[in-house]
Amino acid sequence: MSVRNHPGDGGVSRRGFLGFSAAAGATVLLGSACGAGGVGGGAGNGTGKIRALFMKQAGYSESDIRKMTAAFQKANPKIQVDVELVAYEALHDKIVAAAPAHTYDVVLIDVIWPAEFGSKRIVTDVTGKVSGGIRNGMLPGALATAEYRDHYYGLPWILDTKYLFYNKAHLRKAGVDAASLDTWDGVRAAAKQIKSKGVVDTPLAWSWKQVEALVCDYTQLLGAYGGAFLTPDGKSAAFQTGGGLDALTFMRGTIDDGLTNKGSITWIEDDVLKTFSQGQASFMLNWTYGYAGANDPKASKVAGDVGVLRTPAGPGGKRPGVNGSMALCVSGGSRNQAAAWTYITYLTGAPVQDQYATSSLPCWHASYDDPEVAKANPKIVPIAKEQLADLIARPQVPRYNEMSQVLQAQLQRCLAQGADPAAVLKSAADQAKRILA
Amino acid sequence: MAASRDRRGQAWLALALLAPAAVVVFGVVLYPALRALWISFFDVDSPMPGAYPFTGIGNYRDVLTDPLVWTAAGHTVYFTLVSTAAELVLGVLLALLMNAPLRARWLLRAIVIVPWALPTIVNGAMWTGLLNSQYGPVNALLTQLHVTSHYISFLGSPFLALNLVIVADVWKNTSLVAFFLLAGLQTIPHGLYEAARVDGAGPVRAFFSITLPLLRPTIAIVLVLRTMEAFKVFDIIYVMTGGGPASGTQTVTFLTYLKAFSDQRFGYGSAMAYLIVVVILVLSTIYLRLLRQSDMGAAA
Repeated sequence: MSVRNHPGDGGVSRRGFLGFSAAAGATVLLGSACGAGGVGGGAGNGTGKIRALFMKQAGYSESDIRKMTAAFQKANPKIQVDVELVAYEALHDKIVAAAPAHTYDVVLIDVIWPAEFGSKRIVTDVTGKVSGGIRNGMLPGALATAEYRDHYYGLPWILDTKYLFYNKAHLRKAGVDAASLDTWDGVRAAAKQIKSKGVVDTPLAWSWKQVEALVCDYTQLLGAYGGAFLTPDGKSAAFQTGGGLDALTFMRGTIDDGLTNKGSITWIEDDVLKTFSQGQASFMLNWTYGYAGANDPKASKVAGDVGVLRTPAGPGGKRPGVNGSMALCVSGGSRNQAAAWTYITYLTGAPVQDQYATSSLPCWHASYDDPEVAKANPKIVPIAKEQLADLIARPQVPRYNEMSQVLQAQLQRCLAQGADPAAVLKSAADQAKRILA
Repeated sequence: MAASRDRRGQAWLALALLAPAAVVVFGVVLYPALRALWISFFDVDSPMPGAYPFTGIGNYRDVLTDPLVWTAAGHTVYFTLVSTAAELVLGVLLALLMNAPLRARWLLRAIVIVPWALPTIVNGAMWTGLLNSQYGPVNALLTQLHVTSHYISFLGSPFLALNLVIVADVWKNTSLVAFFLLAGLQTIPHGLYEAARVDGAGPVRAFFSITLPLLRPTIAIVLVLRTMEAFKVFDIIYVMTGGGPASGTQTVTFLTYLKAFSDQRFGYGSAMAYLIVVVILVLSTIYLRLLRQSDMGAAA
């Protein structure tokens, strides 16, 4: 800084200069911030440029999304779509951070976020635009993906739940009958046998990293053991007893028995798929894309040996799959909402969903009787038809993320550090009280 | 008289030329900082503009009474102390090596700068890969040398994971420390060492009696820089562990991010950010005071 205060030289003092520029800077920014206030969305004229945010993980692949978008632009030359993809783990925070800046017109949201995003107007209420054709044509479970308190905040695009995948060769070598995998007790017994025969040291692989994936696996087990997340009035936690506790006890038990690969504590679904594809696990719980992934000879050593089943049942015979669906929404700040909606209806339409059925199963009733769809995914479709009719949701509460983080931390205290299942769940339930209040 | 007018004219020209940059810099630094301070007194639960209830110091009270924050503070202090200490010790050794009259000194210096040139995200991804529990080279090496009997999930137990994040951080930042210290070493006159040798001092004595005291100002600068950086650690944790397992690698900045963006508790997050700023200010004041003292010591 060359502007210095030499006494009597009549220059500008450093302090004066700093003060002046600070005030000027603050004024400029305050002015611009006030100008940009408000949610500020608008319908637009249905043409022009839109930006869409997707995730790079499970469901449709990046190349699927780019191909769909190219086809859309061919059919709608007046709309240009910029596609951006982030990891699932970054998706929520990216949507939140971009919301006040109106960066995206279309955002992909998870089934656990409509309560939060809808109530904060980060995504728009599209109830009036969801036509009778959509209401009658889509599976009810799928439509509920973007629903909160009888309002729709988007259209379902990825309809998914976790299935049990197994390695046929491992079962053969250990002399295990696939029919025994109908229950979680059966899976545990099979894993024990595979381990004792020395086929694989740790037959079970899970996505138990301290992220949402852990809650997905836990939800599916909680459902099998007949548990519930919340009490019927929705005001307090219910996972700390009954099925919720049995589920965690089961999870911990598989670690104590040396059946679960300890890496599971650090894995998300992609890591589980890699481990399974390398033949280092006999079983995995994973989304639909796991079937195509594990059967891809370029990326997998077990291609052709992959079996898929409905998620196993608990002692009471219950076997719901975790609802892992995702929906496309028009963001609250979009100034081109009409074009955004055109793009969303195209991507979620039956023709596009049917065409990419190997990546993610369609959300439409009719698709499941379409021979082309069944042919594209002959192993998954019949199983999906049953399992998608029986889904369990994670709690639909506006502060879901906080609750999920509490649960993740406490589940990991048990899984990674060996803390008592009942104690950690009680601690989670105590913390949840404040969040649910 | 004319000279004074000239000078005044020059000052105004300088001011006019600096003003645009100053407006941007202060606008980008000051406005968000003040805005965050303002937000920290409200219960802001959405990124959207709107009216939010005033809570006074409620957010600060919530932060200070939250056991999660104190656990994270413990991790942060551990991370800061261990990583800064390790970087300093290794940095001194590396700087001495780089200062030694070796034949391929330029090559050594080029290699040492490489870790620091890597972006933290890349460094984190690299260490995650090295430590992978299924196909990580570290596991392969340890089992093939019969140090371990089976593959270990290094990032799967909380305390071990925290220490390994420190290893990754030290691997990267030791370079920076070493180069700072190298610059300090090069200011030490050779004559001092020669005189010491004449007086019969060995290399160890020379190191403790000449090198270390004269390196003190540089060490102080490096300590200030690294302590503050380590206290703010975020990106390497985001990449390597995501705060897990069992929240064992959650630091205060990571928790701030989770609270603000994932939970959308912007008021709480801002309050936490301000408390972190206060801690860093206190730390840097202490350090700068030490630095001034050591400067005077060196000058005397």
